[in-house]
Amino acid sequence: MGFFKLSRRDAMTMLIFIALVLLAPIWLRPFGAAYPDLLQKFAIFGLFAIGFNILFGLTGYLSFGHAAFLGIGSYTAVWSFKLMSMNVIPAVFFGTLVAGLFAVLIGYVSLRRTGIYFSILTLAFAQMCYNLAYSVLTPITNGETGLRVLQDDPMVIDGLFGVVQEGSPIGNFFGINMQGYPAFYFCAVMLIIGFFISLRIFRSPYGLKLAAIKSNQNRMKYTGFNTRPYLLWAFVISGMYAGMAGSLMAVTDPLAGAERMQWTASGEVVLMTILGGVGTLIGPMLGSVLIKYFENIFSAFNKGALHDVFAFMPDWLENLVVAVVHPFVGEGWHLTLGALFMVIVIFLPGGLMEGFRRLSRLRGRKPAK
Amino acid sequence: MADNIVLNIRNVDKTFGGLQALSDVNLGIEEGKIHAIIGPNGAGKSTLLNVCIGRLEPTSGTVTFDGEVITGKAPHEINQAGVVRVFQTPEIFPELSIIENVMIPAFARRDGAFRFNPFSSLRNESGIREEAEHVLRDMGLLEQRDHHAGSMSRGDKRRLELAMGLVQHPRLLLLDEPTAGMSRADTNATIDTLKRIKERGMTKVIIEHDMHVVFSLADTISVLAQGAIIAQGEPDDIRGNQKVQEAYLGGAH
Repeated sequence: MGFFKLSRRDAMTMLIFIALVLLAPIWLRPFGAAYPDLLQKFAIFGLFAIGFNILFGLTGYLSFGHAAFLGIGSYTAVWSFKLMSMNVIPAVFFGTLVAGLFAVLIGYVSLRRTGIYFSILTLAFAQMCYNLAYSVLTPITNGETGLRVLQDDPMVIDGLFGVVQEGSPIGNFFGINMQGYPAFYFCAVMLIIGFFISLRIFRSPYGLKLAAIKSNQNRMKYTGFNTRPYLLWAFVISGMYAGMAGSLMAVTDPLAGAERMQWTASGEVVLMTILGGVGTLIGPMLGSVLIKYFENIFSAFNKGALHDVFAFMPDWLENLVVAVVHPFVGEGWHLTLGALFMVIVIFLPGGLMEGFRRLSRLRGRKPAK
Repeated sequence: MADNIVLNIRNVDKTFGGLQALSDVNLGIEEGKIHAIIGPNGAGKSTLLNVCIGRLEPTSGTVTFDGEVITGKAPHEINQAGVVRVFQTPEIFPELSIIENVMIPAFARRDGAFRFNPFSSLRNESGIREEAEHVLRDMGLLEQRDHHAGSMSRGDKRRLELAMGLVQHPRLLLLDEPTAGMSRADTNATIDTLKRIKERGMTKVIIEHDMHVVFSLADTISVLAQGAIIAQGEPDDIRGNQKVQEAYLGGAH
């Protein structure tokens, strides 16, 4: 099969994925999710989770510090805007590259330990980055204000070509401003490339060896493998995905703040991956879409909106229902997310993907009867 | 001593706290032979194997393989040098399919300790797949190759272990009770397989309780008791050896 060395089935998966991503503005409309800001988030966090899954899903090493690479990617991208050009290509390129370099360093140290100790080490590194960004590194990160692009920044390359920024600087792709749908489609192309690379890694001998390390690392050593470099590469690749996601955040909105590196952000990508299905190809993407959707849609409901929804009920019932539902929406959307997360982890340890597998097995059985 | 010694164990001592597990063990394994190590429980047989594959470091003494000292080397280096161990309790990759379990060691032999090839496709690895299928056919596991290894019976897992060792074509294969827990029929099948490999010139060290297995396979037998080698010789010598009778055969059977 010619399609980039994929099997027929994987080629189909890839084509469906591409279609779903590119047509998202259309088919997500009924769900009220078809506006560019949210679509960009889907793509960016999808990329983040797909990369995270290459480490966590394939090797079983649970990093609690991947938000550090997200932040590093953002800062690097904004510096690329400030120093070189508002063109997004160098911003994404350097954001990914610099995050990868940091991943080599952090991974090299953290991978000396396994299990919970590995997780704690990565968490410590990420918190260190977060705190440094607020304190010692203020000249680079601009501290609490956040790093933004200013009118009088050098932008050497733009200067060479005589490109002049008017108004507040916006990232561009050779003249196309990275706002709204064009920005979404730029992120979407990156997501598709990222998904394709992940698919290829899953189907490669390297990916199989990572799965074997997850299954029984000791046996891998007695089978003749030096497992450390295998793990380090997986760590670096997933760090680069995170860096790319971080730089895309800066592409769609050219500023970077340290809160992107906080441990809650590291925890979020863990939730996304587990919710969708650890170690599956599509699961992490699903999980990130679901979480970002909940965050945006449910958190937008306030008391007034709830009263509108339940206005058809008698007043006493309406008040009761609103009182019950209210803690789960608006500011309380985390409660819904938490409940959903618990239900899935308890009943579907393999995440949403396991749910789909069970459904398709049920469907497959019925005609046979 | 013969100069075709491939594995040379010299003055190996191993203590765990106050316990002397191995005391001054000297053993030379001849190339192309099947060498059995027998002895009562707790004699130090598994400790000796663990010293040979780098899982344990001896308190003193050295193990030389093919003229090179391997004590203190990492397990993967010892494997890459050509020493492969088949474990007693099956050490497999339970989440992977049976054929993948055998492809992994085949990759280790071809790719070495590390190779980064995230963009080559498993679909293009027909050579590795054929090697794995060949060994699985030998072991009678070919039909189930796509099943999960974790769901196999214990006896099948042991045969898979053996397949994983054989696919690496090691110069020295260390077998820790290869037939323990197998039915009589499976045991005989395994003996046949091991005899066939002998014809290909692979050196083997076997630790075994089953005397039927030992006497139908071994060229040389060493008897280990309380951490020391008390007798060594051809099967017939060992059978008639008074010390062995007392230490092992008499006591255990």
